[in-house]
Amino acid sequence: MDMQSVITAAIEAVAAEQGKTLRPLTDDLVLLESGLDSLCFAILVTRLEDEVGFDPFTLSDDVYFPVTLGDFIRFYDDAARSQAAPTLAA
Amino acid sequence: MQHAAKPLRRWLLEAERGRGRALLAPGTRLTLDALADTTGLGALRGALADRNVLVSTGSQLAAAEALVELDGLARRIVLAPPDLKPTDIPAVMAGAGIDAVLCDGDHPGFGPDVLIAVPGPRVPLPDAAAAEVRDTEWVLLTSGTTGLPKMVAHSRAGLIGAIDPSALAPVWGTFYDIRRYGGLQILLRALIGGGSMVLSQAGEPMADHMARLAAAGVTHLSGTPSHWRRALMTPETASIDPRVVRLSGEIADQAVLDSLRRAFPGVAVGHAYASTEAGVGFEVTDGREGFPAALLDADGAVAMKVEDGSLRIRSTRTASRYVGGTARALADRDGFVDTDDLVERRGDRMHFVGRRSGVINVGGLKVHPEEVEAVINRHAGVRMSLVKAKSNPITGAIVVADVVIERTFPDTDAARAQAGLKAEILDLCRATLPAHKVPVLLRFADALAVTPAGKLARHNA
Repeated sequence: MDMQSVITAAIEAVAAEQGKTLRPLTDDLVLLESGLDSLCFAILVTRLEDEVGFDPFTLSDDVYFPVTLGDFIRFYDDAARSQAAPTLAA
Repeated sequence: MQHAAKPLRRWLLEAERGRGRALLAPGTRLTLDALADTTGLGALRGALADRNVLVSTGSQLAAAEALVELDGLARRIVLAPPDLKPTDIPAVMAGAGIDAVLCDGDHPGFGPDVLIAVPGPRVPLPDAAAAEVRDTEWVLLTSGTTGLPKMVAHSRAGLIGAIDPSALAPVWGTFYDIRRYGGLQILLRALIGGGSMVLSQAGEPMADHMARLAAAGVTHLSGTPSHWRRALMTPETASIDPRVVRLSGEIADQAVLDSLRRAFPGVAVGHAYASTEAGVGFEVTDGREGFPAALLDADGAVAMKVEDGSLRIRSTRTASRYVGGTARALADRDGFVDTDDLVERRGDRMHFVGRRSGVINVGGLKVHPEEVEAVINRHAGVRMSLVKAKSNPITGAIVVADVVIERTFPDTDAARAQAGLKAEILDLCRATLPAHKVPVLLRFADALAVTPAGKLARHNA
């Protein structure tokens, strides 16, 4: 499954479990307007870490908060690529 | 001689003889009569008089012997718990002004100015312990997970204050180590009341411990809820037939109380509140979790109040002070000890909700791991659980859980059965708890780590 499908499936699962109504999950959807509250995002990040094996927020040295769903998916995609790439430091 | 002023050996010497009561360790048996009439210290007894003695033994039986030898003889006894780190020993010795160490077998360097006493074979006591008249101060170490252990001073009178010497002498058993407050209380009951006691042994399989308890005919058995949950997972537990089952040291939730009542029909299952600092507080025997709110206003030997959410206790059994270091005052101006155990009133009942230091902060909302564990443990398929924090970039922390289940699933449909059980447990949590307290991840574990003090090992990330 590609990252986009993994993330949208996880978002739908968290929303269903927390009883939240979601706006349509388009790339330009602003996360804060998606229908999920901050607890839902916290749950989402933890579940995704369990599923994909990393949490890009703690991997990154910069403080970065994605604004749209598209940003969020790219953030995970980028982290996945740097995870897969061998690094000299390792 | 007044009850509280009597050193341990005096209790033993005055007890009825020839009743065969004994301290029982794996492969060893020492009768209370021998404990009264013989000494392993010989001429060293004179040299240890009036000293501040660190008791640092490998075995619990050796520690019990040392306590009987030293109570009334030494000025101060500092009882080293089994997991005292060697690197902490110098600070403990300096803080408590130690000038003698009683140890068995190998001993590391304790410094040139310290008397090292290693007991030898027991020989008849020369002088009927005429020298044992001092009001020895007892110092116990707390089992903090970080930093130096705190040294908590008790008078003998305070330590034995909750003991009724006229009670029928039973066969005591405990999962605790006697070098900690909970286990020491049981040892003192055995010595003062003339009962036998089956000592625990670190690393001994639960099945072997149960076999020893059964062989000795244990009547009174105590431990933490974590100890008991492990005992309930051990088939050999069916071989014991106790009259009294007691829990302390951790929150006894309804699930573990109910499980014990099912495992031991007709047996008095009680949970007690005690701590190294606060001493023995109270015991609840109605089979329900928590304690009656009326105890807070009761007039009696123990006064209790709730302040800033935590239980405060004042009694003649509370410790007198901290020894050494720059430790804060043990009690407030009115003599109440803050237990740091947070309580909550629900109807006519007070419930323990967790430790002040263990609170998980989920985006500014507090979660007590213990309250979530109590809900998870209510599921019939769950034996025990550990709820902990996992760091989270959005809310700072989030709640996750490790769960030990009652039975293993057959390989054929393990995955499906586990997924079903997980969903049931989480549904139970969602039906009972606000969203931020529901575990975000739930993992099944084969076992949970328990500290040497018998409590669930909590390491919040």
